[in-house]
Amino acid sequence: MRRAELVMALFMAAFSLYIMWKSTELPVGWIEGEGPGGGAFPFWLAAGMLVCCGWIVLRWARRQSPPSRSEEPYMDRTALRVFAIGAGSLLAMIGLIHIVGVYVVIPLYLIFYMRGIGHHAWSVTAPLAVAMPVATFLFFEIALKITLPKGYTEPAFYPLYEMLL
Amino acid sequence: MEILGLLLEGFAVALEPINLALIVAGCIAGLFIGAMPGLGSVNGVAILLPMTFLVPPTSAIIFLGSLYYGAMYGGAISSIMLGIPGASTAVATTFDGRPMALQGKADKALVAAATASFVGGTISVVLFTLFAPPLADFALAFGPPEEFALLMLAFATFIGLGGDDIPKTLFSIFIGLMFSAVGLDIVSGNPRLIFLDLPGFYHGINFLVLAIGIYGIGEILWTVETTRGEMVVSRAAVSLRGVVRALADLRHNIRSMLMGSFLGYFVGILPAAGATPGSLMAYGVARTMSKNPETYGKGNVDGVVAPESANNAASTGSMLPMLTLGIPGSPTTAILLGGMVIWGLEPGPMLFIEHKEFVWGLIASLYAANLFALLINIAFIPAFLMVLRMPFTILAPVIFILCVVGGYAPTQDMHDVWLMLIFGVMGYLMRKLDYPLAPAVLAIVLGPLAEASVRQSLIMAHGSFGIFFERPISAIIMAIAIGLFAWPLFIAIRRRLGA
Repeated sequence: MRRAELVMALFMAAFSLYIMWKSTELPVGWIEGEGPGGGAFPFWLAAGMLVCCGWIVLRWARRQSPPSRSEEPYMDRTALRVFAIGAGSLLAMIGLIHIVGVYVVIPLYLIFYMRGIGHHAWSVTAPLAVAMPVATFLFFEIALKITLPKGYTEPAFYPLYEMLL
Repeated sequence: MEILGLLLEGFAVALEPINLALIVAGCIAGLFIGAMPGLGSVNGVAILLPMTFLVPPTSAIIFLGSLYYGAMYGGAISSIMLGIPGASTAVATTFDGRPMALQGKADKALVAAATASFVGGTISVVLFTLFAPPLADFALAFGPPEEFALLMLAFATFIGLGGDDIPKTLFSIFIGLMFSAVGLDIVSGNPRLIFLDLPGFYHGINFLVLAIGIYGIGEILWTVETTRGEMVVSRAAVSLRGVVRALADLRHNIRSMLMGSFLGYFVGILPAAGATPGSLMAYGVARTMSKNPETYGKGNVDGVVAPESANNAASTGSMLPMLTLGIPGSPTTAILLGGMVIWGLEPGPMLFIEHKEFVWGLIASLYAANLFALLINIAFIPAFLMVLRMPFTILAPVIFILCVVGGYAPTQDMHDVWLMLIFGVMGYLMRKLDYPLAPAVLAIVLGPLAEASVRQSLIMAHGSFGIFFERPISAIIMAIAIGLFAWPLFIAIRRRLGA
């Protein structure tokens, strides 16, 4: 935990420096007749972030924050596995949306999580895997007229649009 | 006396069968739209505005006003039940509402949110009825320096009294403000902070992307890790006795409810402020006023009632400048204003004279909408609680899917969904190291207003920061904010001297 706090603070300090540099793409000083330049607000905010990171490192060195005193691991093996499954499955789900669209991904994800991880029976999994995309479609596409990404499955929805809209 | 007569006439309009039916329909539609992550009253009003052309203007505004109220109630539901703010106005409700649900007190949190919304809504409608024109004049005295001072106060409440790590809290505020600056510069229109030249950054970072990332994805990842994925989210049970007891217990939270109502109403009438800053400020002030500020963020009922009463009060308050001056107090009222123009009504002081039926019908319908929204909300509590009794391996994927869809809906750009995932993972990793994340969400919401007000103030003063201390209202608010910022330092010095 102690090492993780230092790594995070240094990473955020580097990110702050990057933002400061990026902000200078627009003027950061005073422009006569216009006021503060467009880059001033993010530049000084990033400078504030950098100062905070320095302060966090100082407290870390003095062992003043709870994580800097902790001997526990930042993530043990089980935590890492559980985190990898959660974040990894999300990553795969969002990636697949670009290819097969939301309405194919939703049932696939529900089946993966409910059957694969939760070991729920098909009698529980199947109705939800069917109902959720249908409800999402009716609520977003029909009621609210918000189209969700469909990837290569888009043409399959044209008859539905003709029928329902 | 004249006001009472006009109000009674308004009730005669609002309680006509068609209008009564529209109030109920508006409340139910608003409740569901508000409860949906990623959608709020602004989406509901915008989407359903064209449908109101089928009815007379008075019925149309009654329907949309009820929908606005319903959405304010509904926003709290997903904040409490799923840990995902339904709308920006419900962000502050998540801070304590979600921990309450995780502790098995979801029924109490939902009752508290609904009742506080009712109290905030009712107080604000009474204030609206009695003091509409003078308050609108006072709100006009608030220029950019006063607005900025008010926002500083909101940030200061997070720093001044928390037991949190001060540099991490400050960092969280700065990074949230910085994310709000991504997109186009508000003055020159030039692109700013376009990371890796990705076009998705041109439209800025919607606060919902950060909020859903942190409170949806980050929260579930945290829950999965801390429980090793083998749990039911909470043991929430519901009974009539439980609801009655929760209602009775709210007598301890009246102070926060009243504070939230008055503060929310006042912030609501400020042009361009609205319910989101109102609810966040009410949360901060409730925490500041509390004898136990360290219990905030861990399931304190005051942390639910203060923002909920404030956001409903602010939603009424924001209608005041819309009706009396033609200036919208929030994005939703901006759309309502557009509707009024389409219906052939000109907002402004003459509206109160030339279209009394419209104005007083709307005001009376707000009283009725408040009552119906409360009753509908409480009636649905058992259904909401069923969600929490689901096994976690069903609830988690459903929440993840809602996050993805909710993150996509506002901008309809997959870029935001990827960004939300990054925020969720980073939020989870930072939370493990005690970085408080609520201030970042507060900051990204208030950031655009803060930047606009500080830049306008500096232009007014030719670059001098003295402007914040020269104007009386701004100077008083700034002094309180600085006092709160300095409070931890004062405590540290006192401790050192004591030791």
